[in-house]
Amino acid sequence: MLCDICKEKEATVHLTQMVEGKTKKIDLCESCSKAKGVDDPTGFSLADLLLGLGASQEMEESGSTTGKCPKCGFSQTDFKKTGRLGCPDCYDHFTEGVESLLKSMHKGTRHVGKAPAVWQQTKVYVDRLHSLQSKLDKAVAKEDYEKAAQLRDEISRVKSEYSESTIS
Amino acid sequence: MNIQDILSKPEDAAGREGPSNKIVLSSRVRLARNLATMPFPGWAKKSVRVETFKHIRDNVMEVDPMRDAFHTGMEELSTLDKQLLVERHFISREHAAKTAGSGMVLSGDEALCVMINEEDHLRMQALLPGLQVDKAWMAIDQFDTALESNLDYAFCERRGYLTACPTNLGTGIRVSAMLHLPGLVLSEQINQIIQAVNKLGLAVRGLHGEGTEALGNVFQVSNQMTLGETESDIVERLNKVLLQIIDHEENARAKLLENKAKMIYNHIGRAYGILANSHSISSKETMNLLSLFRLGIDLSLFPGNKPALTEELFIITQPAHLQKTRAGKLSAEKRDILRANLLRSRLLKVDRPATPDTGKTEENGE
Repeated sequence: MLCDICKEKEATVHLTQMVEGKTKKIDLCESCSKAKGVDDPTGFSLADLLLGLGASQEMEESGSTTGKCPKCGFSQTDFKKTGRLGCPDCYDHFTEGVESLLKSMHKGTRHVGKAPAVWQQTKVYVDRLHSLQSKLDKAVAKEDYEKAAQLRDEISRVKSEYSESTIS
Repeated sequence: MNIQDILSKPEDAAGREGPSNKIVLSSRVRLARNLATMPFPGWAKKSVRVETFKHIRDNVMEVDPMRDAFHTGMEELSTLDKQLLVERHFISREHAAKTAGSGMVLSGDEALCVMINEEDHLRMQALLPGLQVDKAWMAIDQFDTALESNLDYAFCERRGYLTACPTNLGTGIRVSAMLHLPGLVLSEQINQIIQAVNKLGLAVRGLHGEGTEALGNVFQVSNQMTLGETESDIVERLNKVLLQIIDHEENARAKLLENKAKMIYNHIGRAYGILANSHSISSKETMNLLSLFRLGIDLSLFPGNKPALTEELFIITQPAHLQKTRAGKLSAEKRDILRANLLRSRLLKVDRPATPDTGKTEENGE
C-alpha cells in the first residue's frame, strides 16, 4: 500500500477516524507522517489531513461532479492536488461533493452567522414582497378585489421604497 | 525602506498588557473574505492577482482605522523583512512566501492587519494582548462591516462567506489565543488537556499555527469549524475553554510548588544560569529557557522584573529580529553567538532567582 500523500513510499502509519458515522482512513509513509506531525500529538489534527485527501476522494465518489467549473475552469483533479477551490462559483458547480465534505468538516451545512448588510436588506425586501404577492394571489382567487387593490398598492409602495434606499 | 523603523519597538510591543496576561499572551480573531467575481488567489493568473491586490488595498485604506496605515506589496520586502513580520505574527509563513500580487496593510497601533491575496483575497485580523477574544471579534466585525460597503464579497445565503478552502466556509472566522503553559507541560498534563480540547472541536497548535512546534511552552488554541454556528457562539465557546485552561494551568503551578518545589526551582535556576552565562545559544533553546525564566517571574523569584522583559527577549532573539540588529544576514553559528551576547548583557541587571531556602537538603514530599 502506497502513502496517500507522496504516493511513492510504502505506507506504514494507518489512521482511522469515525466522522458522522463514516469511517475515514488515511495511510501514510513514515516521512510524510512525520512531516504532517502525526507522531506529535501537539501539532496533529486529523481534520487537516482528511481535508487534503479524504475530501477529494469524497468528491470523486459522489459522482456527478465531473467537468470543469464554467466560470474559472477549475477541475476536480485540481482540487485533489491543492485542497482548495478555484473561485466562488466552484461551490455551485461542485455542489454535491462539497455538501458531503462540509458535513464531515463542520457543525452544520447551513450558514447561520453574519451576512453583509446590503444582502440582509435585500433579503428582508424579497421576503416581504413574496408574502405580499402570495396574499394578493389568494385575494384574487377569492375574488376579493377590494383587498387585492390594497395589496397591489402596498407592493408598489414597498418596491419604490426599496429602489429609493438602494440608490441613495 | 527599513521595516524596523515602521514597526513598534520590541520593548513597546512586549509592553502591551491585557487581562490574564500571565497565561494568555495574546488573542486574535481573523476573518476570511473573497470578492464575488474574481478567482481565488491560488487559482488566479498573476495579472489578475496584481489588479485585485490594488483594488482591495485601495478600498482597505479607505476604512477609518487604516487611513494612515502601513501598506506594502510582498515584492517590496526582503526575505528578512518578511520573516520579521512572521515573528511579530502579522503575516503567516505562507504569506511570507508570496511575491507581486500579494501584500498587507497594518494599522498604526498594529491591532488590525489585513493580508491581501494569501489563500483568500482578504485575511483580516484583530490582535490584542491578553485574553480579549470578544473584543478582538468586535473590532474585526466592525472593520469588516465598514469594508463590505466598498467591496463586493462572495456570499450566499446557504453557505455564507465563500472561501478558497471549504474548512473556512460560512463565517470565515478563526478565533485563537496564544497560551503560555509551562505548568501543564512540567506536570505532564499537557497531552490530556490537548486531547480534551481537541474533542471539543478545537485545535491546539504551536507558536506559528498549523504544523508548527510548541516552542517555549507556547500553545495556540483555535476553533476549527466555521459553518453552522454563529460567530458569537464560536467566540463564547473558545472563551469558556480558555478560562478552563487558565484554571488548570494555575492549579498545575500551585501543585508543582507544593509537591515538587525543588524540581521547579532547579529548572528555573538552570534556565537563568544558561541565559545569563552562555556564549552560544540556539533560538529553540532560548525560547524554552525564556519560558522557564518567565515562569520564575510569575512565581516572584525575580523581584522587580516584569513578564514583558521575557516577551521582549523572546522577540529580539528570534532569527530575523537578531539579524536586523546587525543589518544583514548572519550564519546560524554567528547568530547563536550574537544571541548569547545579547542575553548575557540584558540579564546582567537581573539578580539570581530568589528561591526560598527551605534548609532541607532533601525533599520527602511527605
